[in-house]
Amino acid sequence: MLRRSFVLGCAAAAALLLGSVQPSTAADRFITVASTTSTEDSGLFKSILPKFTEKTGIEVRVVAKGTGQAIDIAKRGDADVLFVHHKPSEDKFVAEGFSTERKPVMYNDFVIVGPKADPAKVGGSKDVSAALKAIAATKAPFVSRGDDSGTHKSEQALWKTAGVDPTTGDGWYRAIGQGMGATLNTAAAVNGYAMTDRATWLSFKNRGDLDVLVEGDKRLFNQYGVMLVNPAKFAHVKAADGQAFVDWLVSGEGQKAIADYTINGNSLFFPNASEPGA
Amino acid sequence: MRPGFVLCRFCYVSASMHEFGLAFVTAFHLIADLDPGLVGIVGLSLRVSLTAVLLSALIGLPLGAAVAAFRFPGRRAVTLFLNTAMGLPPVVVGLIVYLILSRSGPLGVLGLLFTPTAMIVAQTVLIVPIVAALTRQIVEDLLEEYADLLRVMGAGPLTTLVTLLSEARWSLLTIVLAGFGRASAEVGAVMIVGGNIDRVTRVMTTSIALETSKGDLPLALGLGVILMALSLSVNLAAAMVRETRRA
Repeated sequence: MLRRSFVLGCAAAAALLLGSVQPSTAADRFITVASTTSTEDSGLFKSILPKFTEKTGIEVRVVAKGTGQAIDIAKRGDADVLFVHHKPSEDKFVAEGFSTERKPVMYNDFVIVGPKADPAKVGGSKDVSAALKAIAATKAPFVSRGDDSGTHKSEQALWKTAGVDPTTGDGWYRAIGQGMGATLNTAAAVNGYAMTDRATWLSFKNRGDLDVLVEGDKRLFNQYGVMLVNPAKFAHVKAADGQAFVDWLVSGEGQKAIADYTINGNSLFFPNASEPGA
Repeated sequence: MRPGFVLCRFCYVSASMHEFGLAFVTAFHLIADLDPGLVGIVGLSLRVSLTAVLLSALIGLPLGAAVAAFRFPGRRAVTLFLNTAMGLPPVVVGLIVYLILSRSGPLGVLGLLFTPTAMIVAQTVLIVPIVAALTRQIVEDLLEEYADLLRVMGAGPLTTLVTLLSEARWSLLTIVLAGFGRASAEVGAVMIVGGNIDRVTRVMTTSIALETSKGDLPLALGLGVILMALSLSVNLAAAMVRETRRA
């Protein structure tokens, strides 16, 4: 009996000790931002958020998911700010009263990556529709996110523009229902084609035999928007601090921080907050 | 990839080298450099999982012993439930805790979603059934030996529980360690309720998932090596306690 108490006591003491020596990183002032994997995985947030925190004293906690899931988190009231990339979904979010205003922030672009051997012969093309048609015609493996993310929705729209329904194919089109990184890992493993945002691609390490084959088509541009979750809908939303973050992103200072972020000299995101209709 | 994770220039390894070798080199450098990001992540992993294990022991040990020692209506149903719940999928537990703690859920006012506390809650839900179900089995076997003695002693319910748990303590330690193994290894539940927020709710397993998604497989595997080393140290510590106490 005594011994058992001793063991339990030791365990309790150890747990309490660990709890207390844990560096207290939780600042009193923080906001939660629901955003997408591309902004987090590409390293953009690591580069720009410290600048905002230094200026305002507000810590930014990012929950990075696909656009669909990020919107769902915001709709449940579990985030103060939503920062995603699928304009139709964002406009719907505002129309349903979950936010009062969407502001355009920046864009990046999608690229089609594929094996260097390039069985569909799409390398160097600037016409994404023709490229997708060629891939479908050769039945070369194409790995899709299939997860209702912003990238997945854009990819589906591009197939539609190309006039191809890939889901009726006999197994060459593989929707894996996972994030961008997992999709690229799979594409590298099966030596297939995939559509990815350039930012994730540039910071992605397990490329295997893949290379960028199609880029530069205007239809591949990918616009990001930011919204404060409506405090009238959720009373606990940190309206002032959240709005400060939204305003900073579209300010000259925030836009410059975004433009300044590069990997090996490549710009990843292009600020365009002042572009009408973006 | 944070700068601290970059391998030093003396240890340049060609890309053709086997990834497993690279993983060990990565793991070694992370530990040798005492990478501050890693220290925070390891600390949080231990804090979350050890707290969850402690809570689960406090709930699961008496619960399992009570189900074994006492006769009450629905006892077999409870046993069946506990045994089934041992196999609860972490991602399902995560989802349920998420929906309960969400601002739109019943306990939303607490504002616990995306905090370490939410992760502790999810892992506790996950391992209480393991501790309780295995404890029930062990105590039930023990009861056959001790039933007469307890009756002669005229032991009340509390004395019965305490005696049985005390006699089974070394087997129970193994159960608690199994619970810790499950807690520290799972990724599904903590990913959903914690949100994998950098420096707030990022633990070993969610870091491994993140680095895998970034295609940095050697770093992901290196973190895996460290996680297993951690588990080994906890088990070694437990074995040492057992040996010294027995002697």
